[in-house]
Amino acid sequence: MTGEFAFRGVVRTAAAVLVVAALLALGSLLPASNPLSVSPFVVTLAGKYLAYAMLALAVDLVWGFVGILTLGHAAFFALGGYAMGMYLVREIGARGVYGNPDLPDFMVFLSWKSLPWYWWGSDHVLVAAVLVLAVPGALAALFGWLAFRSRVGGVYLSIITQALTYALMLAFFQNGLGFGGNNGLTDFKDVLGFDLHQPGTRAGLLIISALVLAGAMLATRALVGGRFGRLLIAVRDAQSRTRFLGYRPDQVKLLVWVASALIAAVGGALYVLQVGIINPGEFAPANSIESVIWVAVGGRGTLSGAVIGAVLVNLGKTLFTAWLPELWLYGLGALFIATTLFLPQGLVGLGRHINRRRDEVTPEVTRPAGDAA
Amino acid sequence: MSGEALLELRGVSVTFDGFRAINDLSLSLRQGEMRAIVGPNGAGKTTMMDIITGKTRPDTGVVRFAGHDLTKRDEAAIARLGIGRKFQKPTVFEALSVRDNLLLSLKGLRSPFALLLARETAEEAGRIDALLGITRLAPHARVQAGGLSHGQKQWLEIGMLLGQEPQLLLVDEPVAGMTDAETMATADLLRDINRTRSVVVVEHDMEFVRALGVGVTVLHEGSVLAEGALEAVSADPRVIDVYLGR
Ligand SMILES: Nc1ncnc2c1ncn2[C@@H]1O[C@H](COP(=O)(O)OP(=O)(O)O)[C@@H](O)[C@H]1O
Ligand SMILES: [Mg+2]
Repeated sequence: MTGEFAFRGVVRTAAAVLVVAALLALGSLLPASNPLSVSPFVVTLAGKYLAYAMLALAVDLVWGFVGILTLGHAAFFALGGYAMGMYLVREIGARGVYGNPDLPDFMVFLSWKSLPWYWWGSDHVLVAAVLVLAVPGALAALFGWLAFRSRVGGVYLSIITQALTYALMLAFFQNGLGFGGNNGLTDFKDVLGFDLHQPGTRAGLLIISALVLAGAMLATRALVGGRFGRLLIAVRDAQSRTRFLGYRPDQVKLLVWVASALIAAVGGALYVLQVGIINPGEFAPANSIESVIWVAVGGRGTLSGAVIGAVLVNLGKTLFTAWLPELWLYGLGALFIATTLFLPQGLVGLGRHINRRRDEVTPEVTRPAGDAA
Repeated sequence: MSGEALLELRGVSVTFDGFRAINDLSLSLRQGEMRAIVGPNGAGKTTMMDIITGKTRPDTGVVRFAGHDLTKRDEAAIARLGIGRKFQKPTVFEALSVRDNLLLSLKGLRSPFALLLARETAEEAGRIDALLGITRLAPHARVQAGGLSHGQKQWLEIGMLLGQEPQLLLVDEPVAGMTDAETMATADLLRDINRTRSVVVVEHDMEFVRALGVGVTVLHEGSVLAEGALEAVSADPRVIDVYLGR
């Protein structure tokens, strides 16, 4: 894993994300008669893709660099989304259907008399920001600590990550949990006083999403690019060897796992702000599996591939489901199989291959070594 | 012969699913000593190293190193105490460069948080260069370790062991798959290392053991069958029996 070559693309991809987001945001502020005008619908879609790209980046960090095939990362995404959703629901205030200034509509509907204790403080934006990070972070820390210290790995770990998100989905479907049951949290009006339905607010949120994603890309690049990143690769490819050198791979994995969960959580918060709803469906096991496919398609272990894969596959999904909705899942499955068979390094690997051909030089390739060790 | 034992195993037994891989094994190594362990396949040589390095917990028995009870520690803690281990199958980080393999091995930073902020110091660069020289890998410093030959990987792993600066090196079949010239060079290297460190080396290759010129322990069915100089041990009828009878 020789740094500069492997991660040159991260900076370029982050820059591209910023430029495209800025162009779309500006376009959405033009009058509809202008030929360069962008519809608010497109801005929201782009914001959603960038939120998903955060999830993909989180998945790539643990799968690509420490070899943890997570099949439950949407859980952290959704928890971050719910924490943000709580704040947005409180901001509705007395403008809800029942006009109750203290209780969200769904609690009035359930004839609750007061807010449950875990909703306290959720009307403060700083508390909400802390919850967006703290709740998924704490869950990831607890889960990771238990799993890694007992040396659960490989397919067993994948299965329990899947079980985790499934269990959360079932829990969030319960009305009694206090998060709106199967309807989830929605009907948001504004954030920090800005009307969520105004094009200006939406354009601003898209720009913020792009900035956060670019920042997360550079931060993860710094994490995996240095000496710590070398240790990650070592743990990924020959975990037991690192123990006999005196390292504790469980600690290494825990640190990266929690960092990854935080990235996913922020992605979830950005998602809810722009999509305007969060419900238990976001915990569905299929969502986590899709996020792994985005990473595989874009290129595992490249960071930029995760972002590219998330955006392209979701763009494909938007177009495809409008056209042949019932065939989307087959298309996604075929895409995954084709990638696995023909593009083991994903689109980024393909790009590097073409570049290499053109430059007639042979830079060292970074390829995950066989897991045998 | 009266020096304080650096490593001591006493009455150690391990059973895998009812099969006694190590059976009341006792062995002691003085500070500064190099010992060769020989024995037929399945004698328990690798399992003995697993026990010393914390990979396998013994069912019974005492395992002590420099006054520390090793049976209560995990692999990382034992490595930090100063025991380095080379595996039977060479195990290096194939996706990393030779240099980065050595960098990760260097004694010192082990906490993940410390590594997050760490920059390579000039002192570390010097240590790496020295290791590259010892292992004759300097021309391959920037090459991915996965691309090395089998013998080079064995040497890189020995280099990583030295990077840990252990008091004791456990070396499992270091010359398997090496040419004769490489085998003799490895014997020289180990003798050189033994000037400052204690070494336990497991090996089948009798030419190699002879070249080391050290005391030999013969393992058989999980316990010590014979111990002493190579000539005496190889003349022992029980040893001949075990080797011919396998
Ligand atoms: N983890 C294990 N589980 C079951 N049996 C094992 C395990 N490790 C070693 N053994 C058995 O213990 C015996 C000793 O093996 P080993 O120590 O590898 O021998 P050697 O290194 O001397 O060739 C062998 O019969 C082997 O099959
Ligand atoms: Mg063996």
